[in-house]
Parts: sequence; structure tokens; C-alpha cells
Amino acid sequence: MSVMSRILKFYLNGNLVHVAAGEADTLLDVLRDGLGLTSPKCGCNHGDCGACTVILNGYSAKSCTILALTAEGKNVWTVDGLANGDKLHPVQRAFHEYGAPQCGYCTPGMVMAAVAFLNHYPSPTESEVKEALSGNLCRCGGYKKYVQAVMAAARGEFGPLPEGSVENV
Amino acid sequence: MDLCRKEVSKMFNSVGKRVPRYDGIGHVTGRTQYVSDVRMPDMLTCKTLRCPYHKARIKSIDVSEARKSSGVYAVITKDNVPHNLFAMVPDHHVLAEEITRYKGQNIAAVAAVSREAALDALAKIKIEYEELKPVIDPEEAIADGAPQVRPEGNNHLFDGTSLVRKIRRGNVEEGFKEADFIVEGRYTTPSQEHAPMETCCSVAYLDASGKLVIHSKAQGLYFAQGDLANVFQLPLNKLKFVGGTIGGGFGGMNSIHTDHIAGLLALATGKPVRFALTREEETLFSTIRSPWIFKIKDGIRKDGVITARHVEVLHDCGAYTELGLYAVEKNANLIAGANLIKNLAVDSRMVYTNKMPSGSMRGFGVNVGQYAEQVQLDRLARAVGISPMEIRFINAFHVGDKNHTGNELASVSTIETLQKVAAMSGQKLPEKYLAMSSDK
Repeated sequence: MSVMSRILKFYLNGNLVHVAAGEADTLLDVLRDGLGLTSPKCGCNHGDCGACTVILNGYSAKSCTILALTAEGKNVWTVDGLANGDKLHPVQRAFHEYGAPQCGYCTPGMVMAAVAFLNHYPSPTESEVKEALSGNLCRCGGYKKYVQAVMAAARGEFGPLPEGSVENV
Repeated sequence: MDLCRKEVSKMFNSVGKRVPRYDGIGHVTGRTQYVSDVRMPDMLTCKTLRCPYHKARIKSIDVSEARKSSGVYAVITKDNVPHNLFAMVPDHHVLAEEITRYKGQNIAAVAAVSREAALDALAKIKIEYEELKPVIDPEEAIADGAPQVRPEGNNHLFDGTSLVRKIRRGNVEEGFKEADFIVEGRYTTPSQEHAPMETCCSVAYLDASGKLVIHSKAQGLYFAQGDLANVFQLPLNKLKFVGGTIGGGFGGMNSIHTDHIAGLLALATGKPVRFALTREEETLFSTIRSPWIFKIKDGIRKDGVITARHVEVLHDCGAYTELGLYAVEKNANLIAGANLIKNLAVDSRMVYTNKMPSGSMRGFGVNVGQYAEQVQLDRLARAVGISPMEIRFINAFHVGDKNHTGNELASVSTIETLQKVAAMSGQKLPEKYLAMSSDK
């Protein structure tokens, strides 16, 4: 954490949080080290791998490339905020049922990229899904199952997608 | 028999069925804890000073200003390592001695309250290098007069005496005389990084009883524990390794990249220390699948039978042995492929160069050799005018054959695999190959 820091306020998974953030801290730094929320992962810290993907004001965003202080007042969702009690989001269920995660390190980011995408494009083609997930790398090579799982979630195989944006999940 | 079949069928209850992963829910909810997610109160961050040259002499190093730097709890160099050698073949320095051997080799390590404080301290280390001429290319490294990577020379001596690891079967010169064609090929493979999504990371601390605990990404926890007990000069009951779910290894985590330095700094400071590689460090300086050069000379008869094979292997091991020797052994045993070759000679060499050391990676030593061997087989088939399938059937191992190192083969499926491949790829095989079986 940088020496010059301010108190940053934003909505995390629907709740207002206050956290100290330095000028050079990324949103990923603040989530993981400031708030102890380790579901967004650090894979490259350069915006290349997508392991740190969160949903920022309704769109998927790579939190390692976003300066934390620019999130002031915004809505940030991580995978922690998706499930409703024990009831998983259809995308989470689809990923699990299709056995998409292997080591699982890319999974939280992959979930958030898929959820943000389906919120905007609920009836995608397979090539659109591939494009939507193209910013998320999986070194184990689980791409095929991730794409199949998103298509299954879009078809409603795991229940209806929650209405509207992720803020209403 | 029926009872046996029943028992066996029970064992295959899950084959062909979708079985949920035991850790799958943790993965999709983000609750799985990886080593890089481990957080301890009052945890320090480690950064290391790495050599910017392929090879250099450290003329002087002064860490006194770095030790006084704000937020710094410890700065260590080779002088602070109880036993400065580690790895499966323990010839790798934890922190560099006078001569550095590869770009990115760790020289000093800092533990500080933050990343920024650690980087500030690194910048205050006064170090004077003399850049030395390195050797990068493995074929240049075995030439006379090449710059020396190690004081004992660039060639690994097998059993302390031999330049080559040899396999001999029959008489290759006689075999070549029997041949109608001689086919020679040279094959090379480059280096390859594992690139796991989670970079290498360790968290080390002393527990209430004074035991050193290391949360490690190691793929072989007990290898690492035994190895590092020696580095720390601690009895095994004072050193605990904690494993768990890791964000990918692919063989790269069989080598130690962060556990040793995190452990040393935890011992030096008495505080929890986290050492995580950046993506750049992981890519540029961790162990890799190292390069290989294969020269294969085959003799083949018009009927497709390979009469003799001579393979010369050169493994570029990088600056330290790490798992290179193990790779060479595996490669030598399997380079002649699934073919019964009566006259065979394999000469494997391992050479040191000023590069990062040779680690393990998915079938290391084996699949690189199979790439060379399989391409060579296709070329043999072309030379004789038969199909790539035919040459593999003609020379295939059968049950009861002795492999190239003299072991009798009890379970062989080359022919059955080829038949299946042909069926799946829509190739029509002649009746005589369809009728073949690995049982003689």
C-alpha cells in the first residue's frame, strides 16, 4: 500500500465499503490486500490474463489495470457476490456441472466475464461466447468446457438467468 | 470369473460418467484458497536482487544502506545462508556466489513492510559487477575454448567420468551394412515456459513452537522439505510444509523458486514473509523445459525393417543441473521409440550454458524425443516407399520383446493403438495389419 493514501468508498457486492487506497494502488490491490477478498486473482498484473476480472458498473473489467481511486462511488461485483445463499448463479452451476475449472485459478475471473457478457447478450452464439471469453486465459486448457458451459447457461439449462444487471442478482 | 468381472465393473462405476470435482464448488465460488491467497498478520513482502547479466563476477556488494532503508526488516546475501546449495542435484546456489551463471539469478533478498519499501531497499544495494563472456548456444558450449559456465567445465560427466550416457545393443555398424537405405535427421526443440496462471509463491513464518512453516506451491512437498532442511540446517521436525490447491504447476513447481528465500527471511526476521514471483520473473528466470538437439542415423531394409539406429543427443541444461540429469536418463531410455531395433546405440550428452536451469515439464525428456523419433519414422517410410502406418506396424514391439535397456515387456499396445488411430482417422489398413496383435 502506497504511503500517500485516501479513504476510498465504493459498493462491493452491493455493500458500501470504506478502505484506504494509495494513488498507485490498483483495484486488485485494494480488493486482495486492503479488503482481504482473494477471489480476484493476480495472474499477470498487466491486464493480459483476465484472472482479476470483476464487474464494474455492469461491465467486465480487469481490476489489475484500474487505479483503485477511480472506483470511487462505483459498483464492483466479484464472484463472492453472485450466489444467493447456497443457490449458485446459473453460470457458476454450469461451470461446475460441466467440469470446466481444472486448477481453478482462472475461474473467478472467467465467471465474472461470462456473467457480465450474458447480462448484455443473453442469447449468444458460440463464436460470440468465445470472443467474450477471449480476454481470460486458462493455462490448463479448459476453454472448450467453459464455452459449452456458458452456452448451456444461456439456454437456461441451469435455470433462468437473473433479470437485469448483476446489481439485481 | 464372473465374480471377478463384477468386481472390476464396480471399479469402473465412474468411467464415461460426469463426476463433479470434489473441489469444484470452491473454484466457481472463489472460495478455494491458493498459496498466493494466504495472508498472515504483520506479513512482510520479499523482493530479490537479480543478476542483470548472463554471466558476471560480483566484485563487491554492500547492503548496509539497504538494511537501514525505511520499512526494511532484513537483507540477506549468500553469507546469510546456512548451506548455500539446493535442488535435486544440490549444485544450485540459493543466493549467488562470486560468479553468477545466468541472467536473473538471485543475489540478495529483502523483506520489508511493503512492495515499495522492498524495491526502495533493493535500489540501495551497492553492487559492482564485472560482466563476463557467457556461452548461450549448447553446441558452442561443447566446442574447445568455449567460455566456462562452471569451474569444472561445461560437460556433465556421467558417473563422474564419461562425457556420454551410453546405451548399446547389438552392433550398429553391422546393422548399417545390412541396410538398403541410410536416413539421417537432425531435430531441435526450443525452451518452453510452463506459464501457470498463478506465479510461484511462498508464505513462510515461525509458528508458536518455533517451527518454520512454509506454505508452498511445491509439486513434491517432501522433496522440497528434505532439500530445504539442508539449506536452513534445520532438523525435519522443525520444518513444516503446507501444500494445497495450486494455480497450475505443469512440472515447474518441482523446482524450488521461492520457498528457500521466503524461509530464510522468516528465520531472519521472525515475521511472516511472502515471496511471489512477478509474471516477468516467472517467465524469464524460473526453470523451463530446456532445449534439445537430436541427431538420428537409421539403416532400413527395403521391407521396412529398421536394421540399426544411432542417436546422438545433446541436452542444454542451463547453468545448474536441477532436473536435467533425470530428463537425460528418461530421454535415453525412450528415444528409440516403440520399435524393436536389434542394433542400437544412444549417446546422450548434457551441457551447461549460461541460461536458467532445466526443470521438469509434462513428460520432460520423453515427448521431445518422441517428436524427433516420430518425424524420423515418417522420413524412413518415405525413403522405402511405404506408408507412415506400415513402418510403425513392421517395427512395433510385441509382448515378450526386450526394450532398448533390456527389460522384458509385459504389456505392449503399440499395434492396438495404431489400429485404433487408423479407425478414428478413417484410414483403411490392409488386412494383414488389422490381423496383427501385440501378443506374438
